[in-house]
Amino acid sequence: MNLQSEMTQAFIVCISAVFTNNILLSYFLGLCPFIGSSREVNTSAGLGAAVIFVMPFTCILTWVVYHFVLVPLGLEFFRFIMFIIVIAAFVQFVEMAIERLSPYLYQRLGVFLPLITVNCAILGVSLFMVIRDYSLIVTVGYGLGSGIGWFLAIIAMAGIRQKLANDLIPKGLQGPGITLIITGIMALAFIGFTGVLGT
Amino acid sequence: MISKKTKQLVREGLWTNNPIFAQVLGICSTLAVTNLVLNTAVMCAGLIFTLSLSAMTVSILRNVTPRNIRMMVETLIIAFYVIIIDLVLKAYWPEMSTNLGPYVGLIITNCIVMGRCEACSISNPPKIAFFDGLFNALGYSYILLIIATFREILGMGTFLGYAVPYFSTVWDKWIIMVMPPGAFFMLAIVVWVFRSIKLAGEDKSK
Repeated sequence: MNLQSEMTQAFIVCISAVFTNNILLSYFLGLCPFIGSSREVNTSAGLGAAVIFVMPFTCILTWVVYHFVLVPLGLEFFRFIMFIIVIAAFVQFVEMAIERLSPYLYQRLGVFLPLITVNCAILGVSLFMVIRDYSLIVTVGYGLGSGIGWFLAIIAMAGIRQKLANDLIPKGLQGPGITLIITGIMALAFIGFTGVLGT
Repeated sequence: MISKKTKQLVREGLWTNNPIFAQVLGICSTLAVTNLVLNTAVMCAGLIFTLSLSAMTVSILRNVTPRNIRMMVETLIIAFYVIIIDLVLKAYWPEMSTNLGPYVGLIITNCIVMGRCEACSISNPPKIAFFDGLFNALGYSYILLIIATFREILGMGTFLGYAVPYFSTVWDKWIIMVMPPGAFFMLAIVVWVFRSIKLAGEDKSK
């Protein structure tokens, strides 16, 4: 495949990861932090930004590790452990790097970075990219798109939840219950995007 | 035979501290497979295996694990058991392995496994940790099976792949139930119902 058609494919994959195949709303990944920390728009924006920032890089790293280390050695089954280690190491590294280079960014994102290691969306994206056999360029598009999709979903949810804060909600439905119902409605809305890309 | 401590663990795992409707943890990797009861059952079996054994292993190694790298050690132990499940499924049941896709691997980042290791295993002897893990996993599984049953019957009119009399013929199938929004709605309803029952029980005992 030549470079241009690959770029086109990467773009399509990226857009579809944001809207039609949203990592959260149609693959249920990253739900725990989504429900746990979507009470305020500011917190959610920080967490979302950290995900957008980390996801493309972990995708590239795990792609390189998978195709240049694990496949030649015939150790594909080892990928779970390898990916987790790569992701944890990268997140640790980013944390140290931005602490040195940009105190402002560290203030904004610092607290959220450790949470990312246990965010299933990050590992999930790497595993999907292996299963779907994406090339490196497409993988970058996929990682970026998934990050943006997750960011959109959590921001929207935080906005809605802030509006709901003073409303009367049945006792059993407070907290996670109502959040899940809203997520369901959001997922319905996102299904409306199906067909936009003709896939 | 059953000690008081075990009884307490059973009650906590299945009811008062249920992973799904009380803690709302670890729903990520498993909601995706609740559109079919069979997939859910396999996934739950995997989770029961991973959670109980990794809780026990973490507990056995708790005295030799340095405190500052314990998360990494826990993750590696969990990943070890998940790899076993993945390989066994691939070897003996390849279709199921394709159906579940990456979600088997995602048991590693399932918050409930890590959560139990951190909350219980790291400070308790192996036997307690094992039962704690086991009953948490069972509490998790029965809720998911309830969700899966409703989704499959309402959405496809089948149960475990067999046609259910009324639902496969007369019933206008709710396709939305097998799609992602259906999972969210069903989980929300289950959380609502169980939390209300639990709250009602707590009010009465006061």
